[in-house]
Amino acid sequence: MNPALLLIGISFFAALALGIRARRGHAMTLEQWSVGGRGFGTVLVFVLMAGEIYTTFTFLGGSGWAYGKGAPAFYILCYGTLAYGMSYFLLPVIWRYANAHALVSQADFFVRKYESEALGVIVSLVSVAAMIPYLVLQLKGLGIIVSEASVGAISAGPAVWAGSVVLVIYVVVSGVRGSAWTAVLKDILILAVALVLGIYLPAQLHGGYGAMFADINRAHPGFLILPRTGMSPAWFISTVVLTALGFYMWPHTFGSCYTARNENVFRRNAVVMPLYQLVLLFVFFTGFAALLEVPGLTGTSVDLSLLRVTEHAFGPWMLGVVGAAGLLTALVPGSMLLMSACTILSKNVYAKLTPREIPEARVTRLARALVPVVALVSVLLTLRGGSTLVLLLLAAYNVVTQLFPALMLCLPNRPIATRQGAIAGILAGEATVAALTLTGATMGSLFPSWPPVITDLNVGIIAMLVNVVVLFVVSGLTGRPHRSLQTSP
Amino acid sequence: MRWYRWLAVVPAIGMLGGVPFANRVTPYVLGLPFLLFWVTAWVVLTSVIMWIIYVLDRAREPRGERERP
Repeated sequence: MNPALLLIGISFFAALALGIRARRGHAMTLEQWSVGGRGFGTVLVFVLMAGEIYTTFTFLGGSGWAYGKGAPAFYILCYGTLAYGMSYFLLPVIWRYANAHALVSQADFFVRKYESEALGVIVSLVSVAAMIPYLVLQLKGLGIIVSEASVGAISAGPAVWAGSVVLVIYVVVSGVRGSAWTAVLKDILILAVALVLGIYLPAQLHGGYGAMFADINRAHPGFLILPRTGMSPAWFISTVVLTALGFYMWPHTFGSCYTARNENVFRRNAVVMPLYQLVLLFVFFTGFAALLEVPGLTGTSVDLSLLRVTEHAFGPWMLGVVGAAGLLTALVPGSMLLMSACTILSKNVYAKLTPREIPEARVTRLARALVPVVALVSVLLTLRGGSTLVLLLLAAYNVVTQLFPALMLCLPNRPIATRQGAIAGILAGEATVAALTLTGATMGSLFPSWPPVITDLNVGIIAMLVNVVVLFVVSGLTGRPHRSLQTSP
Repeated sequence: MRWYRWLAVVPAIGMLGGVPFANRVTPYVLGLPFLLFWVTAWVVLTSVIMWIIYVLDRAREPRGERERP
């Protein structure tokens, strides 16, 4: 067995052991399984939230886009930062309400605020639909890591199957406590790996950052700025804004904010987390260093650039360490996504659509039974292939961001939207996203004669506008919000 | 309304509003092409601004209501 695969195997069993250890002594009710008993302190919440944010996407996708596209990759650095600023005001409000009403899931929040079970089911289905491409992204990352670490001995297809089996075992064994402890391990590893690669490679291969960027600018003029058309500043700004709005709409991010002990945790996080984003710089540096060192990767294989340059510069042992860190960056968010999707399907869709009362033990059992099913669907989608990691994430964001208007408008004590308005807005937004995605439309194809400032905008803007307009019109037509909504805290 | 909380919109305006003007390679700052330096600087400034808001918020809260970390 080659050293890289050996190290990756060891890290998997370490993660599994942490998961089993964390589980001991806890009764596994559904709330325990998905919210960790609401007892996490600052450090653990910090790590847990960071754990979700540092995914295969940032690690392989971020370096891949720096390698393949150059400056447009910088958008990844911006949207999280702006979302953290927003979180200072948003999360305490959500947390306070969720805590007062003992809510477990994101859908619960909408159900309670709008007093509409139907809206809860819609939000649940939307969020699962958004989580699938995000999960596909993690599996794709796992597949890339395993197949690169084996130096081609295991091809991408079987590697994806292996990766998803690993993920399913991990989720069934550990639940959210496992995610938290593995997140601690993962954060230390990913930080070390990103710094070592991002500092050593540019210094060793080019003699420093300045020299590296000068080399790149010479070899690929225009690569370090946004192009005048296409991924232009207009694209950049609209993409950052849309993605930042969607940042906390993910059910797993939303749900994990319930785990905090008090609301000050979020305020402190909003101060510290932007600095954590700076790790991304080193991920970019690695992608840029790879550009001149291992040239020739195109299309979806740009996602391999980080692993290729590691292998090229350090050999199989270091590839193993990086692969191990990569495995954990896929396992932690992957397990969170898989678990959330199954819990939602069981508790917020199945149990709500069944007229009679279902005992909680059965809902928990169903959630667990769904884990391999959802994983299987994701594997099949992963094997169809065709998109880079970044494009997968952008697609997922277009779906999930549609929840933003309905959420914002229910936060005040007197909600601004009615339940009919919220439902109509979300459905109209998602229908637009589906239509745009299926036809492959862009602003350029919709409005060919308009100036580039308009045609380069992220096409998700259209769906968002449709959503907001429908929401306000229907809310206006259906009159004042429900009386008891105005008195809820 | 606590007026200083409007400071939170400054990073969004600075970071994104500046992109069309900062979209250039030179001058290199700390080895970074100018555009990358610009967004990086705003990441750090976001943290600073949120810290200022946090400190001012804490100062306004009555002592008894402060929670221990």
